[in-house]
Amino acid sequence: MAKELWKGNEALAEAALRAGAEAYFGYPITPQTELLEHMSRRMPKLGLTFLQAESELASINMVYGAATVGARAMTSSSSPGISLMQEGLSYIAASEVPAVVVDIMRGGPGLGNIQPSQGDYFQMVKTAGHGDYHAIVLAPSTIQEAIDLIYDSFELAFKYRTIVTILADGSLGQMMEPVEMPEFKEWPEERPGWALTGAKGREPHTISSLYLGAENLEKLNLRLQKKLAEIKANEVRYETLMTDDAEFLIVAFGTVGRIAQSAVRQARENGVKVGLFRPITLWPFAEEELMAMTRRVRGVLVAEMNAGQMFEDVKAIAQGRIPVQFTGRMGGTIPLPDDILPALDTLIDSVRSRNGNKPEPTRAREVSA
Amino acid sequence: MAIAEPITQIAPDEPKLEEMEIIYQRPEAVAETYTHYCPGCTHGIIHRLVGEVIDELGVRERTIGVSPVGCAVFAYRYFNTDGVEAAHGRAPAMATGIKRAAPDKVVFTYQGDGDLASIGGNEILHACARGENITVIFVNNAVYGMTGGQMAPTTLPGMVTTSSPYGRDVKLQGAPIHITEMLAMMPGVAYAVRRSTHSVAEIRKTKKAIKLAFEAQLKGLGLGLVEVLSTCPTNWRLDPNESLNFIRDNMVPIYPPGDFKVHDELKKRR
Repeated sequence: MAKELWKGNEALAEAALRAGAEAYFGYPITPQTELLEHMSRRMPKLGLTFLQAESELASINMVYGAATVGARAMTSSSSPGISLMQEGLSYIAASEVPAVVVDIMRGGPGLGNIQPSQGDYFQMVKTAGHGDYHAIVLAPSTIQEAIDLIYDSFELAFKYRTIVTILADGSLGQMMEPVEMPEFKEWPEERPGWALTGAKGREPHTISSLYLGAENLEKLNLRLQKKLAEIKANEVRYETLMTDDAEFLIVAFGTVGRIAQSAVRQARENGVKVGLFRPITLWPFAEEELMAMTRRVRGVLVAEMNAGQMFEDVKAIAQGRIPVQFTGRMGGTIPLPDDILPALDTLIDSVRSRNGNKPEPTRAREVSA
Repeated sequence: MAIAEPITQIAPDEPKLEEMEIIYQRPEAVAETYTHYCPGCTHGIIHRLVGEVIDELGVRERTIGVSPVGCAVFAYRYFNTDGVEAAHGRAPAMATGIKRAAPDKVVFTYQGDGDLASIGGNEILHACARGENITVIFVNNAVYGMTGGQMAPTTLPGMVTTSSPYGRDVKLQGAPIHITEMLAMMPGVAYAVRRSTHSVAEIRKTKKAIKLAFEAQLKGLGLGLVEVLSTCPTNWRLDPNESLNFIRDNMVPIYPPGDFKVHDELKKRR
């Protein structure tokens, strides 16, 4: 298939339609609005449900409603709008209905700005809504990967009756790249057995997140945790670059994961044995795989467009065995290799200073005398 | 939840129930179960009226009810239809999602005054603005019942509640919201009326209104809203009979029953 030039937000919208989205509810917010606009143009012509809601609070609850009747429902927003959706996300998770949410992150906190950021790692990966639950969080680093991930999202959401989140930043939403757009998926007409279809010839179905009595609610939680364990066992995705002989590891996701590739190549040119670990599912996180790698390398650098949110997870995985350091930019600034390489050298220096009898590692930017 | 054994015989020398003519029984659309409502609360009456209307319209098997957060939080257990439990105030948004994704279904929300007129004000406003084809049963008892009797947006001026212990001072805490009159102004609303439960005559009128609110949906005319004045003996600190009098003497003057919007198509039928 010939490649076409697509803008990230519109590519996500079109790929979601081809993945089988039937109902979209959303509210305008920069830098994701083109996604909503694309849906408003396309969905009525395809005989699908598009509705601009009065708020993100309403749009996530409309998604919740549509999901209860077994429809493939989705919404999209950007960071402040996602904050508003947290109530609905908690209810959807507890009710175990499938939903797809796209978060095109912008700078925060507060109204912040409309520049790209990765400041929603905490609220989406750790979950800001009340109670114990997780969505499957998919973090693309290119527009093609965003298309491929959202193309799988409804299958994942329906398989596990869970929320699937596409977590990307404003630069991915706004930039254009040549991509291949997949074909429309075929879905069965029949609704899943749990869906609300009217109590015709059967007992009424109810969908609720209310469980009075501590034992009842603990039972729900144990069931949810069991499901999450199953997702953890089956759905971890990540990518590595030049890790086979790596002495140092950069861990980065999304856009920074892509920029870090350049940093790795530049450092390699200077003789530094550095590799890249890029988690694609932020939840479930590739804990085992990263832990195995932290046993082989001498130090880890985490690079993000925030103050160090995934950094906390990587530190927990490394369990203090090796130095884990952080570099990041905030406020909508994108870190470049020129930001990452000095941080890599700082890491290398700190390994040198605590190195004992081991041979000294090479620095990224100059060979030390 | 435990379900009572059906009573088939009242006393040994009485005729068996099967041999008697049935003149009054539980509507099929109301579940055979106990409710958690307090003695003297009129939620049970309103549930029954909704159930009777669903039966009479023959739509039970394609009805989806949306329960609120509040005393009616378990309404989905009390109707013999499919049902969901919404987040506080979000029932109209959830109902919108359901109706848009499954337009062949009959969708109703059942909400209290805190749920609809306070935290869910924006959701009901915009469901009305869009003219969603849903039916809204709005139960107004002037108080937050489930949390133990706090001031609601519909609490009467001067009324003592657990969060307005000196009486609602309209200068400090605002005046009661007349939400049905407000929403009736919107073109998307096909039917907006207020009814009461304080007498048999009022209850009969309430049932007719609920039926018209469902018929508005079946005819695709827009949103149908019935506000029903309801008792809260527990939090009003009144006995059931005094509570009915409280509606008549205190609530009706502030919230007069009436028709604020009736679509022409619904007038014809009468």
